[in-house]
Amino acid sequence: MSTDTILYLDGVSVSFDGFKALNALSLYLQKGEMRAVIGPNGAGKTTMMDVITGKTRPDDGRVIFGNKTDLTALDEPAIAELGIGRKFQKPTVFEPHTVWDNFLLALSGDRRPRFTLWARETAHERERIDALLETTRLTEHRNRRAGDLSHGQKQWLEIGMLLAQEPELLLVDEPVAGMTDHETEQTADLLREINRTRSVVVVEHDMHFVRALGVKVTVLHEGSVLSEGTIDHVSSDPRVVEVYLGR
Amino acid sequence: MNRTATILCLAVILGGTALLAFGNATGAVPTYIISLVGKYLCFAILALAVDLVWGFAGILSLGHAAFFSLGGYAMGMYLMRQIGTRGVYGNPVLPDFMVFLNWKELPWYWTGFDNPLFAILMATAVPGLLAWVFGWFAFRSRVSGVYLSIITQAMTYALLLAFFRNDMGFGGNNGLTDFKDIFGYPLQSDSVRRALLIASAVLLAASLLTARYVVTSRFGKVLIAVRDTESRTRFLAYRPERYKLFVFVLSAVMAGIGGALYVPQVGIINPSEFAPGNSIEAVIWVAVGGRGTLVGAILGAILVNAGKTYFTGAIPEFWLFALGALFILVTLLLPKGILGLFSSRSERKS
Repeated sequence: MSTDTILYLDGVSVSFDGFKALNALSLYLQKGEMRAVIGPNGAGKTTMMDVITGKTRPDDGRVIFGNKTDLTALDEPAIAELGIGRKFQKPTVFEPHTVWDNFLLALSGDRRPRFTLWARETAHERERIDALLETTRLTEHRNRRAGDLSHGQKQWLEIGMLLAQEPELLLVDEPVAGMTDHETEQTADLLREINRTRSVVVVEHDMHFVRALGVKVTVLHEGSVLSEGTIDHVSSDPRVVEVYLGR
Repeated sequence: MNRTATILCLAVILGGTALLAFGNATGAVPTYIISLVGKYLCFAILALAVDLVWGFAGILSLGHAAFFSLGGYAMGMYLMRQIGTRGVYGNPVLPDFMVFLNWKELPWYWTGFDNPLFAILMATAVPGLLAWVFGWFAFRSRVSGVYLSIITQAMTYALLLAFFRNDMGFGGNNGLTDFKDIFGYPLQSDSVRRALLIASAVLLAASLLTARYVVTSRFGKVLIAVRDTESRTRFLAYRPERYKLFVFVLSAVMAGIGGALYVPQVGIINPSEFAPGNSIEAVIWVAVGGRGTLVGAILGAILVNAGKTYFTGAIPEFWLFALGALFILVTLLLPKGILGLFSSRSERKS
């Protein structure tokens, strides 16, 4: 394992009631890399995200973040604190709050009640939120309830909230599900932009989108890696064609 | 809208009680009204406490009357010690029920309750501590929803059974009563009644301001986020259990204050105050007034209790049906309570 690996999954296995969701899955991610993870339903994509972010504890194996931190011993807030952000498949934002407040709560900073109880919005925080509004094209929606946004805007808000956390590694689950072609294109641009300073793992069904990203692709099948390489390489791999693309 | 409602509510509570107290001093308002309204205000503090956890943290506590009653018992213990030699048995130290049980000395946990400041401290500390221990285990284990409601109900039921026992040293079935003085003044006098009413109003106002500060702070925003999407807050590095624990303890302390003010005004505290039905009733007040609005909780508590006073006097057998029907109707027709009527109207306007 080289020193510029940001994430290393080493023989991770998870089973639910005898069903092996992950089967000795191993995967490396370089610092600054963007990786697309694809695979049919039940291939273990979401379980992999759950294991990395601490939602699910693996039965076996290690998940190493950075040089030496084993994530399997930590819970969700501790892992988020280390610098791993996660975007869910279904956009999950704080619906009763305004777009502005959603960003405010996501900004990296002290998370303890004794701080938030007395916290006042600082000029620095306002600047950061303004910049995020700009990036996610939500400036004119800043005072709207997040619950009133369109589906695509919610996806962007959630990506923006991820950025607000300033994570080193972003896990993004199906960012373009339910988006229009135009929004999909913009999202690809946004992810590439993010990838300039951060490592990204994107789980996606949309092959067109994965192709547009133009990054290394990992194909999961039955909880382990079936194939890895460029999109052209994996899509011509006969095993991949058989289990996934051929259907 | 919410700010205006809060200011209006504060004005009505403080102005209204000032008027009532003045009216009583000049003889225009009978003293029983003073104590009755004082009782409603104590219930309003309890409702506020319930709304704080239910409306803003999603913790549907069906055991909040336990915190209220514990605060009441702490105050009751002080009032018992104030009786002195005026009890039936004339024992200067032991309350009547202990003499009756042939006890020779005060149990250790009655120590200090002759001091009013200590009693007031305990009226907040005991409910707060119970809430802390209970919440620490429950929230850490991620118990939520119906399961949490059931164990809060079990908690108050367990306390009900415990306080019924004579050997607990809290007067068993009869509880604590026959109070004479408070802070050296006769409890039955009109001026003490007025003072208790005003104290209730001031503490209700203080509770409302505290609760409002908490829910509008950044802490409160996190709390609302936890209420609606708890798992999301974890992935943002928040620890929801800490937020819930803080607000649960704060709420229990508030309920304890309500109970401590309630007991001198009604003149008795007994185990029936722990009855699970009482906690459920407090939830109904909040639902009627409007969950998650604070002001609505106060409104609901006062309206429902005023209704209760009227119906239990006029048509006693009808009251429980009315309460049940009220809960069903509010849930079906006014999901946001009475206050929801106003806010949805003003939202439509804007």
